[in-house]
Amino acid sequence: MVLGATSGIAQALLRMMASNGKELLLVARSQERLDALRTDLLARGAVQVHTFEADFVSSQDLVISFAKECFPDFDTLVLAYGTMLDQSMCQVDPEYAIRELQTNLVSAVGLLTRFAGYFESRRSGTIAVITSVAGDRGRRSNYVYGAAKGGLSIFLQGLRSRLHPFGVRVLTIKPGPVATAMTASMSKLPMVESPEKVATEIYRTLESPGTDVLYTPQRWRWIMAVVALIPERLFKRLSI
Amino acid sequence: MNRTSSLADAELFSTPGPNAEFRYQSWGRYPHVAHRHVRKVFWRDQLPELLERAEPASLLPYGMGRSYGDACLNDRRDLLDCSPINRILDFDWPTGLVRVESGMTLGELLKVTVPRGWFLPVTPGTKFVTIGGAIANDVHGKNHHRAGTFGCHVEQMTVYRSDIGPVLCSVTDKADLFRATIGGLGLTGVIGWADLRLKRIPANVIEVERIAFKSLDEFLELSNESDQEFEYTVCWIDCLSRNATRGILFRGNHVNKNLPPSSKTHRIPIDCPAFFLNRTAVSLFNGAYYRLNARNAHSSFVHYDKFFYPLDSLLNWNRLYGKSGFVQYQCVVPHGCVSLVRSIVEAVSNSGQGCFLGVLKAFGAIASPGMLSFPRPGLTLAFDLPMRASRTAALLASLDALVLANGGALYPAKDARMSSAMFQASFPRWREFVSFIDPKFSSSLWRRVTPE
Repeated sequence: MVLGATSGIAQALLRMMASNGKELLLVARSQERLDALRTDLLARGAVQVHTFEADFVSSQDLVISFAKECFPDFDTLVLAYGTMLDQSMCQVDPEYAIRELQTNLVSAVGLLTRFAGYFESRRSGTIAVITSVAGDRGRRSNYVYGAAKGGLSIFLQGLRSRLHPFGVRVLTIKPGPVATAMTASMSKLPMVESPEKVATEIYRTLESPGTDVLYTPQRWRWIMAVVALIPERLFKRLSI
Repeated sequence: MNRTSSLADAELFSTPGPNAEFRYQSWGRYPHVAHRHVRKVFWRDQLPELLERAEPASLLPYGMGRSYGDACLNDRRDLLDCSPINRILDFDWPTGLVRVESGMTLGELLKVTVPRGWFLPVTPGTKFVTIGGAIANDVHGKNHHRAGTFGCHVEQMTVYRSDIGPVLCSVTDKADLFRATIGGLGLTGVIGWADLRLKRIPANVIEVERIAFKSLDEFLELSNESDQEFEYTVCWIDCLSRNATRGILFRGNHVNKNLPPSSKTHRIPIDCPAFFLNRTAVSLFNGAYYRLNARNAHSSFVHYDKFFYPLDSLLNWNRLYGKSGFVQYQCVVPHGCVSLVRSIVEAVSNSGQGCFLGVLKAFGAIASPGMLSFPRPGLTLAFDLPMRASRTAALLASLDALVLANGGALYPAKDARMSSAMFQASFPRWREFVSFIDPKFSSSLWRRVTPE
């Protein structure tokens, strides 16, 4: 089950899942886009594809009841939706900043809390959530987005620990910049990766147990480790 | 999520980033242009608003940029990069009819269809082109004598227009727009999706035979005979051998046998220096290539990738030609103009400019629905030349004169330099075509060949 199925990374990931003959359940905000994606996945070998048009902020209960109706025993949840924030707007328009935090953090917490109970009683399965390397440290150029993704990553740390005794895996996925619709209007991103490359790594990690936190591409683990070491006294002077 | 509606005009188009200039060029890397804005389009539902907001004569759809010259460029104006619009919208495996969005590449489509026993009815020499690009250039392949052009196999398509919205068209419905869009160089609107009639194949292997020939007359005889019994025929010719025109004819058919694909790909790490492709080096290469193939003149079984797309495994072979890029020259001349082909090959050979990809093929008589379609009955000859400014221009202009005098034509998808007179003589229906151009669309090629 993929929430935010029409996002760039999710679409690439779904194509890999489809060609491996999975049953898929897609949720996104546009039925028209879901329809296009659905036939594509069926053509590539998906056994079954269900779609559901929903707003993640306002209709969370509908999402979960739909999921249980389609696949009473689904085993993997991927949360892949998010918006790129305009930092300059965040700084002048508090309403905007709050709305974006709603989408990227609050709604995700709501959904994950609803699904946590299901996985807890199922006593197996995987919850995978796409956050971002931007959540590892607050930077001048992108700290509201960073706060949302960082908050989500910390929420997942706790959720992982809570669900661990029940045999449920919680995977935090932290991609670097990826060339998708979300980042298309940003011109000077460093080391942009293709969604296919990132999806391949995510798929491989989902299929093999063990990893709790995936940086993708993997070099970001070391880059962010270095970034985290910079003392705040110095970091506040950097315009990154 | 969808934020486009809240964006101001200035943000609707992103300015190309540091890599965009490199990315949005054409395959020959000549001419080098600077686009004003490049907008990536991910979903068809974004198109109406983008088209509505654009300025007159400002837009051109862009796919994989595999046109050689400036057909896919729009210097100092805007591009719509449609390659992310790449989904299969419908499929009927029993009949082989698929509905595909225009940004999907032929290679991606083959990955899905070949295991189910379906192949492209027509394919060019690279699988890294989009469906939209294949239609807009009405591409042809090694089976032109059997199957005609790519456009012959499009049953219907939707064209997104800035003036009248999305239009569903086919040979029976809105036929004029359909005919204008096939071979329409992307100027008649954005192709959203197309219904494509695929071709049944037994497996993924082609049985291929190579036969060496030492003169054009020998080629003609071989080619005529091969076209009867082989689905695919094409020739490599050595444009540098001074005496007779020597070459190798490749002919093949699908057979019921499967081979694993070879997934090995390579990259050219740097732009080769200009002296790399000098006459001696290329002559040596051509001679070795000829002897190698002449010696292996028996038949063999190869995976379709190796037969149709031998150069695709060398991902960016265009860098072999260095920074200044290269031009490809592809003409078609009426049947019977063998001496003209000979003159062209001799002229290239005598010019001393390094040229190692010479391709010769006899087009068949199947007519394309396209208004500006290039293939027509006759012989087509194509070769690459490194771009060496006025020297190359002078040689090609002299060839133009020969082609023009004999009622031949040049292929816009390969072109970066033909004159407007040459274009207009090659495509006598161009005036009729003009009325189907979307008012908000234009391209570098179009402005060059139809100056006001």
